[in-house]
Amino acid sequence: MAYNFKEEMNKPERLTGGHRLCAGCGAGVAVRGVLRALKVEDKAVIANATGCLEVSTFMYPYTAWKDSFIHSAFENAGATLSGVEGAYNALKRRGKIDDTYKFIAFGGDGGTYDIGFQSLSGAMERGHDMVYVCYDNGAYMNTGIQRSSATPRYADTTTSPIGKDSNGKVQSRKDLTAIIADHNIPYVAQTTFLGNMKDLHEKSEKAIYTEGAAFLNVLAPCPRGWRYSTEKLMEMCKLAVETCYWPLFEVINGEWKLSYRPKNKLPITEFIKDQGRFAHLFKPGNEYLIEEMQNEVDRRWEALLKRCGEQI
Amino acid sequence: MKNKNGRIIDETITWQEITPGGVVYEAGSAENFKTGDWRTMKVDFIEENCKQCLLCIPVCPDSAIPVKDGKRLDFDQDHCKGCGVCFAVCPFKAIEFTKA
Amino acid sequence: MSIRERMSGNEAVATAMRQINPDVMPAFPITPSTEVPQYFSKYVADGNVNTEFIPVESEHSAMSAAIGAQAAGARTMTATSSCGLALMWEMLYVASSMRLPITMALINRALTGPININADHSDSMGARDTGWIQIYSETNQEAYDNYIQAVKIAEDPRVMLPAMVCQDGFITSHAVENIELLEDDKVKAFVGEYNPEDYLLNSARPIAHGPYDTANFYMEHKVQQANAMMKARQVIKEVAKDYEKLTGRKYSFFEEYKMQDADVAIVVINSTAGTAKEAVDELRAEGKKVGLIKIRVFRPFPFDELKYSLTGKKVVGVMDKCEGFSGAGGPLFAEVRSALYDSHDRPEMFNYVYGLGGRDVTVDTIKCVFNELLYEAHAKQLIENQVEIAYNPELLLAHTSDFEVGRVYRHLGVRG
Repeated sequence: MAYNFKEEMNKPERLTGGHRLCAGCGAGVAVRGVLRALKVEDKAVIANATGCLEVSTFMYPYTAWKDSFIHSAFENAGATLSGVEGAYNALKRRGKIDDTYKFIAFGGDGGTYDIGFQSLSGAMERGHDMVYVCYDNGAYMNTGIQRSSATPRYADTTTSPIGKDSNGKVQSRKDLTAIIADHNIPYVAQTTFLGNMKDLHEKSEKAIYTEGAAFLNVLAPCPRGWRYSTEKLMEMCKLAVETCYWPLFEVINGEWKLSYRPKNKLPITEFIKDQGRFAHLFKPGNEYLIEEMQNEVDRRWEALLKRCGEQI
Repeated sequence: MKNKNGRIIDETITWQEITPGGVVYEAGSAENFKTGDWRTMKVDFIEENCKQCLLCIPVCPDSAIPVKDGKRLDFDQDHCKGCGVCFAVCPFKAIEFTKA
Repeated sequence: MSIRERMSGNEAVATAMRQINPDVMPAFPITPSTEVPQYFSKYVADGNVNTEFIPVESEHSAMSAAIGAQAAGARTMTATSSCGLALMWEMLYVASSMRLPITMALINRALTGPININADHSDSMGARDTGWIQIYSETNQEAYDNYIQAVKIAEDPRVMLPAMVCQDGFITSHAVENIELLEDDKVKAFVGEYNPEDYLLNSARPIAHGPYDTANFYMEHKVQQANAMMKARQVIKEVAKDYEKLTGRKYSFFEEYKMQDADVAIVVINSTAGTAKEAVDELRAEGKKVGLIKIRVFRPFPFDELKYSLTGKKVVGVMDKCEGFSGAGGPLFAEVRSALYDSHDRPEMFNYVYGLGGRDVTVDTIKCVFNELLYEAHAKQLIENQVEIAYNPELLLAHTSDFEVGRVYRHLGVRG
């Protein structure tokens, strides 16, 4: 159905205020955006891997979730929610449940790309009717900004710090969205916060209401980890998209579809220049590092265009 | 936030009265916790400038801009942490972002 | 009217599960428990149960999915052994702290290092602090009976703790023996329906499960959980009584075999008890006053009951089918000895660590243990009568170390 912005904004909130996320945290915006795609009359069970979102939104006895919520451990949001979905099927078969429930797991890049990878892969492969949403802020933020496989190359993190012998993280980030797309599940998408949130909303709605397993990768900037001024959240997302660092696309039943192609592809410097974690790249003599970053962004962007059947 | 017998869950609760397994029965109980005093910056609503475009609503991590009948109300200052993201997206200078 | 059958321990426990017909079973295979999910998958495929079977990709995910399912309001079961249990170690603590009455068939197998697929108790003993109820089974009959009772014990509102029902890998799990089964409807009537007051899929009252606890709340949650384990003792007795009414078979915290007038006794767990009962009978025929205690419930630990039963015995040998590497004996020894500490007439106690990695134990081996205990009892008597004796270590089976503790801590059946 067409995105009716005003109607969506009028829906009751499923994530309340009073949680302990930092001021300006991208994760909070991601959760609100995804949950807003649920029909008001539909119920949900939310699973959450340990991380910023989980400890901030469910610190005993305060829960910011209006829906049923479960957290069990760090690496198993996928498996835990598989069990909940299995229970739903079993109880529905026995006639014990009438309501329509949707199942949504949230995990940070830590609990999704790395320690939670196996559990996510298993859940997707088994085709449970659920959505796994990764709020990707590019590092293990909750434990103090350690590098993850989602961290961009040359980022300064506490386990890939810059120093006399180091320029930051050595490896380029893992393309998890593509890996999950190769699980042959019906719906996979990469998105973030732009304008009136249409992209995030439509993709969330498709993910939730497509039968079978779905995966959403949401870029969720972290002002503390990326070191930018809190009010710049939306600007960060826009630059991530306009520089093609974080392309927006969907994979629907195996078909790759580009969601947005910038008319003017901005150089990667536009994205990284206001982030403290990349400040060292602007020292004289480090231009080659930025060039390497740019080459990698370009290489991946071109590969994506090809996959989506777009002209390069 | 209460246990099933109506006893408020706070730091005087005994082990006999605490909720088994750490389960919380009141969805959204976090609303009782005021995070407004975290602020170092604050936002103020300049209602006369607001065109009710609602672009500020979805960008708040703290659900601190209530909406009623399709119109935004004044800020929920009990929960607003003063991040300023709404200020940055407002096209009509209806939000002021200043030191708290 | 019970059904006479013959089957392996694995099939017995799978049959119990089939008759109970749980809502969800997430499981991952590992020798020697593999047959349990295999049998169960066939029941699902043939439409004999309406369980949602989730073929998870690891044991950690099996317990995670079990937690999700049980919290959602479904009666959930699984099975594993050895490293599978070790892999889900983190989640065992989560399951019990979340007060979820998951039941699990634990087919005892040695923990890896080196890898070994045979029976010892290092897996379940390693999990003794996880807050799970632990029930051990000597035979396929006991495994079947224990599993049915475990569901009722775990789901009791005074308990609400997960329970594992253990049996020896290959010895009990694979050997085919006679068994008396109950009819399907009797089993279902005994365990009843799982109807928790609160569950994730209850739209009338959505809940949040699995919080972050600050230091202000954690201890209260844990003490409440500890209290539930203590309450389980009463519930175990009640359920056993009900089960006896149904089947005529008596169950308690442990079985006492020819203990009334025994001078010396051994304490043993699982299938070795069968072998040991033979040894007891043979020695009794020779006029020796020996007996044994076979532990059934290890968690909650029958502290008072063991003290009562072993007080007044002269010498007791505690048999551990696993090494705790405490340097001072195995886990069963430590706990039984502790239970006897306050006894006004406590026996001398010796530890025999035996059967590691499935090392065979025979009637003769157990008879040697008893003879050693009788020797120790005789020496004790002489010492009490202030007769000078030269303690003859060559008559003893094995001394493990030169330290004081080496006198009581022994390994049985090892070469060297």
